[in-house]
Amino acid sequence: MKITLKIWRQSNSSEKGNFQTYSLEDISPDSSFLEVLDLLNVRLEEEGKDPIHFDHDCREGICGTCSLYINGRPHGPSQTTTCQLHMRSFKDGELLWVEPWRAKPFPVIKDLVVDRNSLDRIIQAGGYVSVRTGGVPDANSLPVGQDLAEESMDAASCIGCGACVASCKNASAMLFVAAKVSHLALLPQGKVERQSRVQEMIAQMDKEGFGSCTNTAACEAECPKNISVSHIARLNREFFLAKILPETK
Amino acid sequence: MAVKTPILDAKIPKGTLSEKWSAYKSHAGLVNPANRRKYDIIVVGTGLAGSSAAASLAEMGYNVKSFCFQDSPRRAHSIAAQGGINAAKNYQNDGDSVFRLFYDTIKGGDYRAREANVHRLAELSTHIIDQCVAQGIPFAREYGGLLANRSFGGAQVSRTFYARGQTGQQLLLGAYSALSRQIQLGKVQQFSRHEILDLVIVEGKARGVVVRDLVSGKISSHSAHAVLLCTGGYGNVYFLSTNAMGSNVTACWRAHKKGAFFANPCFTQIHPTCIPVHGDHQSKLTLMSESLRNDGRVWVPKTPALAEKVRKGGLSPEELSEEDRDYFLERRYPAFGNLVPRDVASRNAKYVCDEGKGVGTGLAVFLDFRDAIKRDGEDVIRSKYGNLFDMYQQITGQDPYRVPMNIYPAVHYTMGGLWVDYQLMTTIPGLYALGEANFSDHGANRLGASALMQGLADGYFVIPYTLGDYLSNMPYEKIPTTHPAFQEAEKEVLRDIQKLLQIQGNKSVDYYHKQLGLCMWEYCGMSRTQKGLEKARIRVKELREEFWKNVKVVGKNEDMNLCLEKAGRVADFLELGELMIEDALQREESCGGHFREEYQTPEGEALRNDELFSFVSIWEYGQKKMHKEHLNFEEVKPTQRSYK
Repeated sequence: MKITLKIWRQSNSSEKGNFQTYSLEDISPDSSFLEVLDLLNVRLEEEGKDPIHFDHDCREGICGTCSLYINGRPHGPSQTTTCQLHMRSFKDGELLWVEPWRAKPFPVIKDLVVDRNSLDRIIQAGGYVSVRTGGVPDANSLPVGQDLAEESMDAASCIGCGACVASCKNASAMLFVAAKVSHLALLPQGKVERQSRVQEMIAQMDKEGFGSCTNTAACEAECPKNISVSHIARLNREFFLAKILPETK
Repeated sequence: MAVKTPILDAKIPKGTLSEKWSAYKSHAGLVNPANRRKYDIIVVGTGLAGSSAAASLAEMGYNVKSFCFQDSPRRAHSIAAQGGINAAKNYQNDGDSVFRLFYDTIKGGDYRAREANVHRLAELSTHIIDQCVAQGIPFAREYGGLLANRSFGGAQVSRTFYARGQTGQQLLLGAYSALSRQIQLGKVQQFSRHEILDLVIVEGKARGVVVRDLVSGKISSHSAHAVLLCTGGYGNVYFLSTNAMGSNVTACWRAHKKGAFFANPCFTQIHPTCIPVHGDHQSKLTLMSESLRNDGRVWVPKTPALAEKVRKGGLSPEELSEEDRDYFLERRYPAFGNLVPRDVASRNAKYVCDEGKGVGTGLAVFLDFRDAIKRDGEDVIRSKYGNLFDMYQQITGQDPYRVPMNIYPAVHYTMGGLWVDYQLMTTIPGLYALGEANFSDHGANRLGASALMQGLADGYFVIPYTLGDYLSNMPYEKIPTTHPAFQEAEKEVLRDIQKLLQIQGNKSVDYYHKQLGLCMWEYCGMSRTQKGLEKARIRVKELREEFWKNVKVVGKNEDMNLCLEKAGRVADFLELGELMIEDALQREESCGGHFREEYQTPEGEALRNDELFSFVSIWEYGQKKMHKEHLNFEEVKPTQRSYK
């Protein structure tokens, strides 16, 4: 199949960027979208031109490295990561606009590559159970109901790609933060620090410049791991309780 | 046999096998908690081994600098491990024990692993599960709230703990959360988007690294009292593999060039259940977890004629009656059936395809869930493997609930790696290798669900003890990065980069990587012959020479430059390829993943030669010299591995 790509090129964080046009022919519908970029890059390199820089790594939809808007949608038209998007999702001869994610806390580094370390810093603020290595009880000493474990796992599936931020008109990271808060709040191991965790993670989110949540649920619609906005409801409840209740451990 | 080199002493503690690790811990040197902050440690890689080591050492009080080439430590490729993690908990009351896990691992590795290391791994397995649960990892649970298990290849007990098909993700995020906590506390300094380009040795000891900032291209040095390489495996030497696109051998290879010996380089694992190759423009292969073989049945049409009909679309697989199907694993290995170890399953898939019974492109077999869905219902199968089925459908466009999956073996894991002693120290004092980067625990074939176990055992529970022992004899004094050794290494790194940029030939880096991969897969892949390997030896050498004359690396160093990053990695893979071929040639036997066609039983099983090859092959850089570490089996008697 044939495809025309309008790709955002920007040489570094301080330069201005623009769209450039690339046409490709003989594309297999079984190729993934990133394989098409690989192909284009080989062509550019052989012509002595700078290849298109884009983030990617596992190509299995789990590491969360790949990003991109395709025609304005994070990770393209289907609800997967970009690396799991195959050309059969597009029509022969289609024109695709490819851009880096746009959010103040995700500055562009080069072309389609953005800096998402703001998400790491939110986790560093409290997205963990404070246990040391060693000296922990036997794994089966504390039963966890299957329903709770499953719901916790739903939230823990977050791959930290930032599609929720990219899809949000306010560039809010609420779904990302909610996934971690919810994952740990549901489990007995995470309950001890639940009050401090939710407050510290939200404070860091605000500090990084992410916007507020206005419940449009665009994040859920674009999340490649189908993480539900019901976790945002739990986050709000956790935050509210942490504010009104005396600190309990 | 080479002269006895004292440096290759594996330093295995005395005593019976089950007492060695306790004995070691009781006598290892210690560093006082107040003095630990006087030591700086560099940890390279943030997968299971790296993150767990960095977090644990920082908790103890050491100053840690952690490096990864990805944009965040959470992206390391451990995240993609699907099926599970083994532990000898015996929660299922089905006869498991530390000894049995040890025995299965030694046997699964076809008696080419070091007994003492493997026993320690089995002992530590139970602590890992405790640790991970305490971190809040949402493992699968039974209705009563206790932990669930499933079975994996090469074992007759259920000892695999799992979190859906995303166990690696959950374990890595657990280790990443522990690491994040230490970053917040200021005990770990994290350097993401940084690549290690050289190891710095001062007075015979590893004392630091030279790194390239992948955003700015800036070359800088970092000094420490010890360096830990937790950089994973080298499966990307084959170009197409289940490894991440960025997975590479560079840090280990540069250390190898500086004197760290490389062990068993030819031991590669070809995983039986991957999505088959679809065309020439593919960049990556995707694994379907081994756990699928719990419920999926592997088969091909009984005759080449039927297979051809299926391939041409004249016959759909559902239309084939029971008599027309060959469940070749169940037929040949009734005791283990579809759950034979990976090397056996892969090789048999290759055999039936070579016989013309393959489906799809001809290089694929069926993995069929029809009977499991009939037995347990679609919902049960969905709850166990839902995400894997979705992934399969996403990639192939086919619905595995309706039609059988097409699968074929692909390169997945490398058992070889830097040689380490019992303390995980390489042949360079102060340089350690953890997880897949070392060679130590899996022999010639790794059993499923044991890579996660090894990475975390090394990082959480081995290195905190063994590193202390080394540092207890080490002065606190720091070496400034203005030291000539650092300056010289930086200059060398820059020189190599300039050399790559100046070639300005006319072939892309990917071209050479693909050529190398094709050659390695053909001649040093699932089955190997002397003739083929000799051919490959010449071909890879030619490729390497051509690469340095004709590769085109665009852009400059002082910039984010994907092309330059890849070029450095492929240059190292080209050298590694030659070493793997040399190693495969010298090992004139078949064992585990290393199958030499000349050495097989009449039934086509791997034929080991314990008399001549019960050793670890240990290479100096440039294939100059091969040393041997003889393997002594005290507890387990090596026998012909049988899964019938």
